[in-house]
Amino acid sequence: MSKVFNWLFPHPFLTLLLTVVWTLLQNNISAGMVVFGLILGVIIPRMTAVWWPDRPRGIRLLKLFNYMIVVLWDILVANIQVAWIVLTRPNSKLRPTWVIVPLDLKQPEAITVLAGTITLTPGTVSADLSSEGHSLLVHTLDTDDPDGVRDEIKNRYEARLKEIFL
Amino acid sequence: MTLDAVLIYIAGIWLLIGAIFALVGSIGLLRFTDPMTRLHAPTKVGTVGIGALLLAGMIHAFVTGDGSIHELLIMSFLFVTAPISANFIAKVHIHRRTCETPPKPLKDKTWSTLDVPEEKPKGVEVEA
Repeated sequence: MSKVFNWLFPHPFLTLLLTVVWTLLQNNISAGMVVFGLILGVIIPRMTAVWWPDRPRGIRLLKLFNYMIVVLWDILVANIQVAWIVLTRPNSKLRPTWVIVPLDLKQPEAITVLAGTITLTPGTVSADLSSEGHSLLVHTLDTDDPDGVRDEIKNRYEARLKEIFL
Repeated sequence: MTLDAVLIYIAGIWLLIGAIFALVGSIGLLRFTDPMTRLHAPTKVGTVGIGALLLAGMIHAFVTGDGSIHELLIMSFLFVTAPISANFIAKVHIHRRTCETPPKPLKDKTWSTLDVPEEKPKGVEVEA
Protein backbone atom coordinates (compact mmCIF):
# COMPACT_ATOMS: atom_id res chain seq x y z
CA MET A 1 0.00 0.00 0.00
CA SER A 2 2.69 2.51 0.97
CA LYS A 3 4.62 1.46 -2.13
CA VAL A 4 1.68 2.42 -4.34
CA PHE A 5 1.34 5.68 -2.43
CA ASN A 6 5.03 6.45 -2.91
CA TRP A 7 4.79 5.70 -6.62
CA LEU A 8 1.72 7.85 -7.11
CA PHE A 9 2.88 10.70 -4.86
CA PRO A 10 6.66 10.81 -5.07
CA HIS A 11 6.51 14.16 -3.39
CA PRO A 12 3.27 14.80 -1.46
CA PHE A 13 4.23 18.34 -0.49
CA LEU A 14 4.86 19.28 -4.13
CA THR A 15 1.44 17.87 -5.01
CA LEU A 16 -0.16 20.07 -2.36
CA LEU A 17 1.83 23.11 -3.46
CA LEU A 18 0.93 22.71 -7.13
CA THR A 19 -2.75 22.34 -6.27
CA VAL A 20 -2.74 25.50 -4.18
CA VAL A 21 -0.78 27.50 -6.79
CA TRP A 22 -3.11 26.37 -9.57
CA THR A 23 -6.16 27.35 -7.54
CA LEU A 24 -4.66 30.75 -6.76
CA LEU A 25 -3.82 31.28 -10.42
CA GLN A 26 -7.47 30.78 -11.33
CA ASN A 27 -8.36 33.58 -8.93
CA ASN A 28 -11.65 31.98 -7.92
CA ILE A 29 -12.09 28.86 -5.87
CA SER A 30 -14.34 26.31 -7.49
CA ALA A 31 -14.44 22.55 -7.05
CA GLY A 32 -13.60 21.88 -10.70
CA MET A 33 -10.46 23.97 -10.59
CA VAL A 34 -9.29 22.35 -7.34
CA VAL A 35 -9.77 18.93 -8.89
CA PHE A 36 -7.90 19.97 -12.02
CA GLY A 37 -5.11 21.37 -9.86
CA LEU A 38 -4.99 18.09 -7.99
CA ILE A 39 -4.69 16.21 -11.29
CA LEU A 40 -1.78 18.44 -12.31
CA GLY A 41 -0.34 18.01 -8.83
CA VAL A 42 -0.30 14.25 -9.30
CA ILE A 43 0.96 14.19 -12.89
CA ILE A 44 3.80 16.72 -12.68
CA PRO A 45 5.63 15.25 -9.65
CA ARG A 46 5.15 11.76 -11.10
CA MET A 47 6.68 12.77 -14.45
CA THR A 48 9.58 14.71 -12.96
CA ALA A 49 10.40 12.23 -10.17
CA VAL A 50 13.06 10.61 -12.38
CA TRP A 51 15.09 13.81 -12.47
CA TRP A 52 14.95 14.37 -8.75
CA PRO A 53 16.41 11.24 -7.21
CA ASP A 54 17.63 12.40 -3.80
CA ARG A 55 14.62 14.41 -2.77
CA PRO A 56 13.93 14.95 0.93
CA ARG A 57 11.84 12.16 2.37
CA GLY A 58 9.36 14.53 3.94
CA ILE A 59 8.68 17.91 5.40
CA ARG A 60 7.20 18.77 8.78
CA LEU A 61 4.45 21.11 7.62
CA LEU A 62 3.63 22.57 11.02
CA LYS A 63 7.27 23.41 11.71
CA LEU A 64 7.57 24.87 8.19
CA PHE A 65 4.57 27.11 8.87
CA ASN A 66 6.14 28.20 12.15
CA TYR A 67 9.41 28.93 10.33
CA MET A 68 7.61 31.02 7.72
CA ILE A 69 6.03 33.20 10.43
CA VAL A 70 9.45 33.75 12.06
CA VAL A 71 11.04 34.59 8.70
CA LEU A 72 8.24 36.98 7.65
CA TRP A 73 8.60 38.86 10.92
CA ASP A 74 12.39 38.99 10.47
CA ILE A 75 11.99 40.31 6.92
CA LEU A 76 9.90 43.20 8.25
CA VAL A 77 12.44 44.00 10.98
CA ALA A 78 15.32 43.59 8.51
CA ASN A 79 13.80 46.05 6.11
CA ILE A 80 13.38 48.75 8.71
CA GLN A 81 16.96 48.17 9.90
CA VAL A 82 18.42 48.31 6.40
CA ALA A 83 16.32 51.34 5.47
CA TRP A 84 17.63 53.08 8.60
CA ILE A 85 21.24 52.24 7.68
CA VAL A 86 20.69 53.45 4.10
CA LEU A 87 19.26 56.76 5.23
CA THR A 88 21.45 57.62 8.22
CA ARG A 89 24.85 55.95 8.09
CA PRO A 90 27.60 57.59 6.00
CA ASN A 91 29.63 55.35 3.70
CA SER A 92 32.83 55.83 5.69
CA LYS A 93 31.25 54.37 8.82
CA LEU A 94 29.91 51.19 7.20
CA ARG A 95 31.69 48.02 8.27
CA PRO A 96 30.89 45.39 5.62
CA THR A 97 32.52 41.98 6.12
CA TRP A 98 32.43 38.43 4.88
CA VAL A 99 31.09 35.86 7.33
CA ILE A 100 31.64 32.13 6.90
CA VAL A 101 28.83 29.92 8.17
CA PRO A 102 29.78 26.27 8.61
CA LEU A 103 26.82 24.12 7.55
CA ASP A 104 25.34 21.17 9.41
CA LEU A 105 22.62 20.77 6.79
CA LYS A 106 23.29 18.23 4.08
CA GLN A 107 20.30 18.32 1.70
CA PRO A 108 20.59 20.82 -1.16
CA GLU A 109 16.92 21.78 -0.67
CA ALA A 110 17.50 22.76 2.95
CA ILE A 111 20.65 24.71 2.09
CA THR A 112 18.75 26.57 -0.63
CA VAL A 113 16.04 27.60 1.80
CA LEU A 114 18.66 28.70 4.32
CA ALA A 115 20.51 30.77 1.71
CA GLY A 116 17.27 32.43 0.60
CA THR A 117 16.33 33.21 4.18
CA ILE A 118 19.75 34.74 4.84
CA THR A 119 19.40 37.02 1.84
CA LEU A 120 15.99 38.27 2.95
CA THR A 121 16.89 38.88 6.61
CA PRO A 122 18.89 41.44 8.61
CA GLY A 123 21.82 42.96 6.72
CA THR A 124 23.07 39.74 5.16
CA VAL A 125 23.29 38.37 1.61
CA SER A 126 24.36 34.80 0.94
CA ALA A 127 26.99 34.91 -1.77
CA ASP A 128 28.51 31.50 -2.34
CA LEU A 129 28.81 27.89 -1.26
CA SER A 130 32.16 26.19 -0.70
CA SER A 131 33.31 23.68 -3.29
CA GLU A 132 32.25 20.63 -1.25
CA GLY A 133 29.18 22.28 0.27
CA HIS A 134 30.38 22.45 3.88
CA SER A 135 30.14 26.17 4.40
CA LEU A 136 28.20 29.17 3.19
CA LEU A 137 29.69 32.56 2.36
CA VAL A 138 27.61 35.44 3.68
CA HIS A 139 28.15 39.14 3.15
CA THR A 140 27.03 41.45 5.95
CA LEU A 141 26.24 45.09 5.38
CA ASP A 142 27.23 46.51 8.72
CA THR A 143 28.43 44.59 11.76
CA ASP A 144 31.03 44.80 14.49
CA ASP A 145 30.51 41.19 15.57
CA PRO A 146 30.83 38.66 12.71
CA ASP A 147 30.78 35.70 15.12
CA GLY A 148 27.48 36.91 16.54
CA VAL A 149 25.96 37.05 13.05
CA ARG A 150 27.15 33.51 12.35
CA ASP A 151 25.76 32.18 15.64
CA GLU A 152 22.42 33.89 15.06
CA ILE A 153 22.08 32.31 11.62
CA LYS A 154 22.96 28.92 13.02
CA ASN A 155 20.67 29.09 16.05
CA ARG A 156 17.73 30.94 14.58
CA TYR A 157 17.40 29.44 11.10
CA GLU A 158 19.59 26.41 10.62
CA ALA A 159 18.44 24.66 13.80
CA ARG A 160 14.81 25.08 12.71
CA LEU A 161 15.50 23.90 9.17
CA LYS A 162 17.21 20.78 10.50
CA GLU A 163 13.92 19.84 12.13
CA ILE A 164 11.80 20.66 9.06
CA PHE A 165 13.63 18.53 6.50
CA LEU A 166 13.67 14.85 7.38
CA MET B 1 -20.11 52.69 2.86
CA THR B 2 -17.93 54.08 5.64
CA LEU B 3 -16.07 50.79 5.88
CA ASP B 4 -15.21 51.11 2.21
CA ALA B 5 -13.85 54.59 2.74
CA VAL B 6 -11.72 53.42 5.68
CA LEU B 7 -10.38 50.50 3.63
CA ILE B 8 -9.51 52.82 0.76
CA TYR B 9 -7.51 54.97 3.17
CA ILE B 10 -5.75 51.88 4.52
CA ALA B 11 -4.86 50.89 0.95
CA GLY B 12 -3.54 54.39 0.42
CA ILE B 13 -1.35 54.13 3.51
CA TRP B 14 0.09 50.83 2.30
CA LEU B 15 0.73 52.42 -1.08
CA LEU B 16 2.70 55.18 0.66
CA ILE B 17 4.69 52.69 2.77
CA GLY B 18 5.54 50.66 -0.30
CA ALA B 19 6.61 53.72 -2.24
CA ILE B 20 8.83 54.89 0.63
CA PHE B 21 10.54 51.50 0.88
CA ALA B 22 11.08 51.35 -2.89
CA LEU B 23 12.55 54.86 -2.78
CA VAL B 24 14.89 53.93 0.07
CA GLY B 25 15.98 50.85 -1.87
CA SER B 26 16.86 52.95 -4.90
CA ILE B 27 18.70 55.49 -2.73
CA GLY B 28 20.72 52.63 -1.22
CA LEU B 29 21.56 51.29 -4.66
CA LEU B 30 22.86 54.72 -5.71
CA ARG B 31 24.56 55.66 -2.47
CA PHE B 32 26.76 52.72 -1.52
CA THR B 33 30.06 52.40 -3.30
CA ASP B 34 31.10 48.76 -2.99
CA PRO B 35 29.31 46.31 -5.35
CA MET B 36 28.51 43.87 -2.55
CA THR B 37 27.02 46.47 -0.20
CA ARG B 38 24.94 47.81 -3.07
CA LEU B 39 23.28 44.42 -3.29
CA HIS B 40 21.81 44.75 0.20
CA ALA B 41 19.41 47.60 -0.42
CA PRO B 42 17.37 46.21 -3.34
CA THR B 43 17.15 42.61 -2.06
CA LYS B 44 15.56 43.51 1.24
CA VAL B 45 13.96 46.89 0.94
CA GLY B 46 12.69 46.08 -2.55
CA THR B 47 10.78 42.98 -1.49
CA VAL B 48 8.87 44.69 1.31
CA GLY B 49 8.25 47.73 -0.87
CA ILE B 50 6.63 45.64 -3.57
CA GLY B 51 4.89 43.52 -0.91
CA ALA B 52 3.24 46.62 0.53
CA LEU B 53 2.22 47.84 -2.95
CA LEU B 54 0.64 44.47 -3.71
CA LEU B 55 -1.18 44.48 -0.37
CA ALA B 56 -2.62 47.89 -1.29
CA GLY B 57 -3.71 46.46 -4.63
CA MET B 58 -5.37 43.51 -2.91
CA ILE B 59 -7.30 45.72 -0.46
CA HIS B 60 -8.42 47.96 -3.31
CA ALA B 61 -9.59 44.96 -5.35
CA PHE B 62 -11.67 43.68 -2.43
CA VAL B 63 -13.23 47.08 -1.81
CA THR B 64 -14.23 47.55 -5.44
CA GLY B 65 -15.91 44.18 -5.45
CA ASP B 66 -13.77 41.87 -7.56
CA GLY B 67 -11.60 40.20 -4.94
CA SER B 68 -8.22 39.09 -6.11
CA ILE B 69 -5.70 36.67 -4.60
CA HIS B 70 -3.17 36.75 -7.42
CA GLU B 71 -1.13 39.17 -5.35
CA LEU B 72 -0.35 36.49 -2.78
CA LEU B 73 1.15 34.39 -5.55
CA ILE B 74 3.19 37.30 -6.91
CA MET B 75 4.50 37.97 -3.42
CA SER B 76 5.56 34.39 -2.85
CA PHE B 77 7.27 34.13 -6.26
CA LEU B 78 9.06 37.38 -5.52
CA PHE B 79 10.27 36.14 -2.13
CA VAL B 80 11.55 32.96 -3.76
CA THR B 81 13.29 34.60 -6.72
CA ALA B 82 14.81 37.75 -5.17
CA PRO B 83 17.53 35.84 -3.24
CA ILE B 84 18.44 33.85 -6.36
CA SER B 85 19.09 36.90 -8.52
CA ALA B 86 21.04 38.48 -5.64
CA ASN B 87 23.07 35.29 -5.39
CA PHE B 88 23.83 35.36 -9.11
CA ILE B 89 25.02 38.97 -8.95
CA ALA B 90 27.20 38.15 -5.93
CA LYS B 91 28.69 35.17 -7.75
CA VAL B 92 29.55 37.30 -10.78
CA HIS B 93 31.34 39.81 -8.56
CA ILE B 94 33.31 37.07 -6.83
CA HIS B 95 34.17 35.44 -10.14
CA ARG B 96 35.36 38.65 -11.82
CA ARG B 97 37.16 39.78 -8.61
CA THR B 98 35.36 43.10 -8.68
CA CYS B 99 34.78 42.89 -4.93
CA GLU B 100 36.95 42.07 -1.94
CA THR B 101 38.11 38.47 -2.29
CA PRO B 102 36.40 36.38 0.42
CA PRO B 103 38.45 34.49 3.04
CA LYS B 104 39.01 30.77 2.61
CA PRO B 105 36.25 28.42 3.78
CA LEU B 106 36.86 26.35 6.91
CA LYS B 107 36.74 22.75 5.73
CA ASP B 108 36.87 22.80 1.95
CA LYS B 109 39.48 23.92 -0.52
CA THR B 110 37.81 27.00 -1.96
CA TRP B 111 34.46 28.60 -2.85
CA SER B 112 32.60 26.98 -5.68
CA THR B 113 32.65 30.14 -7.82
CA LEU B 114 36.44 30.33 -7.55
CA ASP B 115 36.79 26.61 -8.16
CA VAL B 116 37.62 26.82 -11.88
CA PRO B 117 40.41 25.06 -13.77
CA GLU B 118 43.49 27.14 -14.47
CA GLU B 119 43.39 28.68 -17.91
CA LYS B 120 45.90 27.24 -20.31
CA PRO B 121 48.38 29.86 -21.52
CA LYS B 122 47.66 30.74 -25.12
CA GLY B 123 49.99 29.52 -27.85
CA VAL B 124 51.37 26.64 -25.81
CA GLU B 125 50.66 23.30 -27.49
CA VAL B 126 50.07 20.34 -25.22
CA GLU B 127 52.30 17.49 -26.34
CA ALA B 128 50.63 14.17 -26.62
